[in-house]
Amino acid sequence: MALRTLITRKSLGLGLGVSQSVRGLQTVSLPDLPYDYGALEPAISGEIMKLHHQKHHQTYITNYNKALEQLHEAMEKGDSSTVVKLQGAIKFNGGGHVNHSIFWKNLTPVHEGGGEPPKGSLGWAIDTHFGSMEALVAKINSEGAAVQGSGWVWLGLDKDLKKLVVETTANQDPLVTKGPNLVPLLGIDVWEHAYYLQYKNVRPDYLKNVWKVIDWKYASEVYEKECP
Amino acid sequence: MEKPCQIKSIPLSSFRAAKPEKKQNQHAPAPVRYTYKYREIPLQRDVGLAVREEKEEMGYCCNNSFPASSHVLLTDLSQRWKCPKLQNLRHKGQFHGSQKASKVLAFYGLKAPPYKLDALEPHMSRRTLEMHWGDHHRGYVEGLNKQLEKDDILYGHTLDELVKVTYNNGNPLPEFNNAAQVWNHDFFWESMQPGGGDMPRLGLLEQIEKDFGSFTNFKEKFLEAALTLFGSGWVWLVLKRNERCLAVVKTSNAINPIVWDDIPIISLDVWEHAYYLDYKNDKGKYATVFMNHLVSWNAAAARMARAEAFVNLGEPKIPIA
Repeated sequence: MALRTLITRKSLGLGLGVSQSVRGLQTVSLPDLPYDYGALEPAISGEIMKLHHQKHHQTYITNYNKALEQLHEAMEKGDSSTVVKLQGAIKFNGGGHVNHSIFWKNLTPVHEGGGEPPKGSLGWAIDTHFGSMEALVAKINSEGAAVQGSGWVWLGLDKDLKKLVVETTANQDPLVTKGPNLVPLLGIDVWEHAYYLQYKNVRPDYLKNVWKVIDWKYASEVYEKECP
Repeated sequence: MEKPCQIKSIPLSSFRAAKPEKKQNQHAPAPVRYTYKYREIPLQRDVGLAVREEKEEMGYCCNNSFPASSHVLLTDLSQRWKCPKLQNLRHKGQFHGSQKASKVLAFYGLKAPPYKLDALEPHMSRRTLEMHWGDHHRGYVEGLNKQLEKDDILYGHTLDELVKVTYNNGNPLPEFNNAAQVWNHDFFWESMQPGGGDMPRLGLLEQIEKDFGSFTNFKEKFLEAALTLFGSGWVWLVLKRNERCLAVVKTSNAINPIVWDDIPIISLDVWEHAYYLDYKNDKGKYATVFMNHLVSWNAAAARMARAEAFVNLGEPKIPIA
């Protein structure tokens, strides 16, 4: 347990992988997974985890760093139109990095508590807002399955209203694009790359199975931090 | 006007013959490919849209054209309809095709690609085509049919019209996603051919060189569009109606250029399901392979020729007196 907390804290620190500063520019790097690629089987296959982490997430990071550098240059030169032009790339790649960093923390192997329902304040909040865990899971699954194209489905916390919400975002938009007060507790990637090799086009099956490796402890920690 | 008859599944073999006796052979194992289900269509409407029961993977379905004698057949059947033998057959469930159909509906069918599913190997594997066409494309068709079952409002459109109507000028109806994806995938299969790639010729090449500078430049633009598209979507070579030139356009999710009245010439599916099994996350390689080995410039030339009937590309040659 202590070891797990240590790992969590370590990966939280490295989480957004703040690494070299070049000319005052902070770039990001790929965070390590606190578990093996194959540790989430059979819910998510090792092949998917490896590709997802090493290829997709890494690509977002590479492109984000590139866009940041270009933005930095454009800002120094005062080139407003380039600054604005780069916003799309930053939102997409930066969002990809942010979202996936959260996603890795949302997952944990079964033997480390994956799938265990939350106890404590988050559990109470879920029962209050949604009726039961099953109702919440059903809602998230149906919204996730209904996302057209690529996107994410989130369980978020509205900081101001102290309410739990289920939201979907398109492409790599982070949850804050749906509301500036929203804090992501759980995010599930419903881009096809997250499940295609294993579940083919049956997204509902993926959504049903991913709950077995969801790390509610992390979600509870975030919740308790915002709503003590 | 004949009272329209409510007909359940009747195998095609019973329509082919003009003689009434032939219909009695419905329970003979005919090599039926289609099972047409008619809804109560008043005879003046000759818009027929068929649902196809898949017997084999190869085969075609008429999306919006019907044998010209369809209305005649309806007339014939409405007479035979009273025949008790037909009633019996219905009860016995002797019909080929769907036994479960209790409601009579006719909508859109799944059109097969104009080549075998393994014809595009090794550039696009049979497995990908089986999944992409057999599951995704079919899923869109079935989803669309299910949505259209609910009421009559969108009944009777051709697929092109349906896409434009459900797009609703930027406020898409729920049916748009399915309708547009069916259209897009039909177009995509026809944009590829075994032994494709290479270069276009003659008029199409001239037009590309005129609008892009060179074919290489066009290819670069096309690949760049594929790589910079965020999320799921499509990359198109379109003939723009207003600007009267070719352009590379990328669209998100299910949107396609016909909603803006442009004329698509070729398309590339960059939804992840199109390339993930073959190329994993390497979208660039997939797009390059498409350009070099899969794209059907023959189909593109045919579409271009048709497009020129709608868009005036050249300056009129006014003879000097």
